Amino acid sequence: MRNSIAIVLILVFGIFLFQTFGHYQTKTSLNKTALYYNTNTPDEVGAANVVTAIVVTYRGLDTLGEVTVLFLTAMIVGYILRQGGREKPKKNNTSEILITAANILIPGSIILGVYVFINGHLTPGGGFQGGAIIGTAISLMILADPLGTIQKAVLHLTESISGFFYVMIGLAGILWAGGFLDNRILSLGTLGDLFSAGAIPIIYSLIGLKVGTEISSILAYINETGNNTSKS
Amino acid sequence: MSLTIDKVALMLGIILMLIGLWGGFTQRNLLKIILSFGIFDTGLNILIVALGYLPGRTAPIIDGTVVTAANLASTAIDPVPQALVLTAIVIGFGTTALMLAYALKLNQHKKSLDINQFNDLKW
Repeated sequence: MRNSIAIVLILVFGIFLFQTFGHYQTKTSLNKTALYYNTNTPDEVGAANVVTAIVVTYRGLDTLGEVTVLFLTAMIVGYILRQGGREKPKKNNTSEILITAANILIPGSIILGVYVFINGHLTPGGGFQGGAIIGTAISLMILADPLGTIQKAVLHLTESISGFFYVMIGLAGILWAGGFLDNRILSLGTLGDLFSAGAIPIIYSLIGLKVGTEISSILAYINETGNNTSKS
Repeated sequence: MSLTIDKVALMLGIILMLIGLWGGFTQRNLLKIILSFGIFDTGLNILIVALGYLPGRTAPIIDGTVVTAANLASTAIDPVPQALVLTAIVIGFGTTALMLAYALKLNQHKKSLDINQFNDLKW
């Protein structure tokens, strides 16, 4: 009975989607917004990666909101999972292969993450992607050593400092440039250089640190609770 | 109707969305429901990215050879859907993490992940 309702709902939704698909036609030219961004990004923002220019500068306020949502998620996960103490299981039965591989891969993935968020204005990638790669490294670390403790105070401190400076750079944009989160508080430099595009590399590095530490603290909280349930 | 790459991607997105919706409606395990939400999310993201496609063009990144600052407007695709999807992926990660945390808490409470066990609000 319940399944038939589900099937009917999915059929209706599917027919609706495929109707829309039937009217779809491949575009041949950019629309007005995209044309504006693609025409003016090199002069106005100076970033080689147009997606980064949109995310960090043109739509910087949205990104601040997005980072806030992620921060709230990390806080709420921490709050929900912190209740109830932690019971350590007696022995660590991680395989030797995983531990050795993790020891080799962790430093490399953290450096890759840092590379991706520092070069966010030049190559594909950026703060969110780099932060996710750092989160992967931390997840590997937790898998290799589930009993180890992660200094969450350090994570929270790094996160708060990056968030604070992110907003401060945004406010500096009001004082010395065109508005909130304007990247022209520093010189735009030559298009394609590492130190170019004004404040974008700094803002994206701060976002990368913030996202990386948020993902890491979520993983740490879930890991500690997981230990708790497997015991009882 | 010729089947170009953007139509294939749109079709794939729609099919993934339907699979995710089906899983969300019919599965009984909390983890499988969360996974279904993830599949729905992925399908939606593929669909949005495919909408920005323009035939014969490349990624909106100035590399100095194929795409230069001068011909960006005529060689690059629409960058707006990609920026939107970046946001959507991050928010999707946040919601998945929250759902997993609640599932973990519910599992501690009832020692079960079957959604039929959680009938406190049922009448």
